[in-house]
Amino acid sequence: MTAQTEAELETETETMTVREAIRQALREELDRDEDVYLMGEDIGLFGGVLEVTGDLYEEFGEERVRDTPISEAGFMGAATGAAATGTRPVVELMFSDFAGVSMEQIMNQMAKMRYMFGGKAEMPVTVRTTEGGGMGAASQHSGTIHTWIGHFPGLKAVTPGTAAAAKGLTKAAIRSDDPVFVFENKMIYEQKGAVPTDEEFTVPIGEAAVEREGEDATVVATQRLVGESLQTAESLAGDVDTEVIDARSLYPLDTETIVESVRKTGRLIVADESPLSYGTHAEIVARVQEEAFFSLDAPIQRVGTPDTHVPFSPPLEQEVLPDGDDVREAIERVT
Amino acid sequence: MGEINLQTPEGRAEALRRMLTIRAFDSEAGDRFADGEIPGFVHLYIGEEAVGVGTCAALEDDDYIASTHRGHGHCIAKGLDPKYMMAELYGKAEGYCNGKGGSMHIADVDAGMLGANGIVGAGPPLATGAALSIDYQDRDQVAVGFLGDGAVAQGQVHEAINLAATWDLPAIFVVENNQYGEATPVDKQHNVDNLSDTAQAHDIPGLTVDGMDVTAVAEAIGEARARARNGDGPTLVEAETYRYRGHYEGDEEPYRDDEEIERWQDRDPIESFRDRLIDRGELTAEEFDELEAEIEAEIEAAVEYAQEADEPMPDEAYDDMFAETPPEIERFATAARTDGGERTASSRSSSEPRSDGGRPGGDRR
Ligand SMILES: Cc1ncc(C[n+]2csc(CCOP(=O)(O)OP(=O)(O)O)c2C)c(N)n1
Repeated sequence: MTAQTEAELETETETMTVREAIRQALREELDRDEDVYLMGEDIGLFGGVLEVTGDLYEEFGEERVRDTPISEAGFMGAATGAAATGTRPVVELMFSDFAGVSMEQIMNQMAKMRYMFGGKAEMPVTVRTTEGGGMGAASQHSGTIHTWIGHFPGLKAVTPGTAAAAKGLTKAAIRSDDPVFVFENKMIYEQKGAVPTDEEFTVPIGEAAVEREGEDATVVATQRLVGESLQTAESLAGDVDTEVIDARSLYPLDTETIVESVRKTGRLIVADESPLSYGTHAEIVARVQEEAFFSLDAPIQRVGTPDTHVPFSPPLEQEVLPDGDDVREAIERVT
Repeated sequence: MGEINLQTPEGRAEALRRMLTIRAFDSEAGDRFADGEIPGFVHLYIGEEAVGVGTCAALEDDDYIASTHRGHGHCIAKGLDPKYMMAELYGKAEGYCNGKGGSMHIADVDAGMLGANGIVGAGPPLATGAALSIDYQDRDQVAVGFLGDGAVAQGQVHEAINLAATWDLPAIFVVENNQYGEATPVDKQHNVDNLSDTAQAHDIPGLTVDGMDVTAVAEAIGEARARARNGDGPTLVEAETYRYRGHYEGDEEPYRDDEEIERWQDRDPIESFRDRLIDRGELTAEEFDELEAEIEAEIEAAVEYAQEADEPMPDEAYDDMFAETPPEIERFATAARTDGGERTASSRSSSEPRSDGGRPGGDRR
């Protein structure tokens, strides 16, 4: 299943940042399929506020890398209509917090159209958006909303934690005939990793990756916390042998890989930046309890953002954002 | 009438002072951001001073404004204290939002300032709401919603204007057309020549004024205010202006050239107003320089205040979520949760109300 799929490709890799990996994915898919085009605020000439689209505008022109007015409901709706009528829009929603303004189009149109039309509509739309705190951007630009999207039937939600996952999932999302939200944590755009260069490399939506094998405890992490958990695991090596899994896809979720790991280690820590209550953590915990309850040797631990908004001031922001130390403390509590 | 009466020499002097304060504040904020002292994003108002000051000049103290992500100028125009504004930019406990808001969210509801806003187009609905309260309670006030030219494309803006128009609410919508929404020029975002043309759809007056001229703005808003107070509903005022700086600090501005910037700077709102006052004999060049120096010193003092102000305590991150704080806010990160175990140490029980109403620096108003 997981790592094998990528290994089977036996592809060359190149070291690049998450940002470059996503841009490469976009470039390859624009090249591969004429029906694919990008749209969003300032993604063209300007290259995107977080510089992900970069020079794609020069390469592909304004028809295929199109700037939109600042009207999220308008362009999210337009993407929905476009996807239903034969093209494959890839939307950049500058900050995921702005989903608020476009929620009607997301929840009642994009998510429900295929279902309500008796399966007679395609919805090949990709929404790329940024999440997370850490930039001092305050509550309206630091949210982590993937739980929200994962909760809506009809939408898929992926959360890459590595450069390879970022590229592979972006490509898989664009090729998917379903609406897929790709949640890019803005603090890992500069994080580097080995990325397969084969143009056919994709990461199937719904497959987690075991990024580090271990025997004593399983950390299921997402986004920024994947890297931080790996570092933590290394720092604990010798005392605790930690397995780290990048969940990668939240809906659909690769329950099997997670459960298999918990059966081996008997301990689970879920590390995800979203708020703790009623969220992604709870879902993973619930599934593991359903399938591996008797394999658990200790209470499951959650690491996430407390139920507050992300404040502006650096000491306040640091207080609420989960990091590798929180993961370490959680591991230590149960081992 | 008016918080600042531009018909009088004192009023004009005050308008000049506020425009200069905005410019000095924002220049300093830009420098301090570049030095890495201010976190987050900073959007400066330099070049647009006449719009905020002209608008607020035509308002009474207790009128409301709802601002944008480019809100420093509106705050100063409305009479907020640069000291606490700067402290907020620095993320300090003494800031207007106790360090929770930062540049994009400075607010002081007691002063009628309903917040800068991180969401483009979110101000007009808030202004409509304030106008609804005013109307409902028969109060003698108006509410102004500021928005950028880019925000005119937002659906919620039109919903807000439509509501205010339909219910004849005492609202005024001020479009600051600074020619760009981030990097995209206004003509690539809208099909109308004048953004005020959109008022026609709601059958309310829409007019376009010179946003580099503080008097012209104040006059237009004065008329809009009178109309609103008369029960005749909202007005849409488009002020044509220009931002001299990038969209945000650090923006490399590949989308425009120096020549365009210089063309607008020739009509600088502060210089042209200063020249007019000098021509009228109300001000000398020396007096202007003195005023400028005095304001710069005030802003430097604000920076010092902000630098020395206290950082918020980490635990304040959990304050202000609710009026009635529930027994616990989930923050498992550091709390041991073992089967049947107790949640003590770091789990938060309902916080005791703070004697100062939860506001460090609560005496500042
Ligand atoms: C709903 C929403 N979409 C996008 C953004 C990102 N953004 C912040 S400011 C801005 C441009 C706004 O342009 P305009 O309304 O003309 O105001 P100006 O910056 O020119 O003052 C954009 C796109 C946002 N903050 N909120």
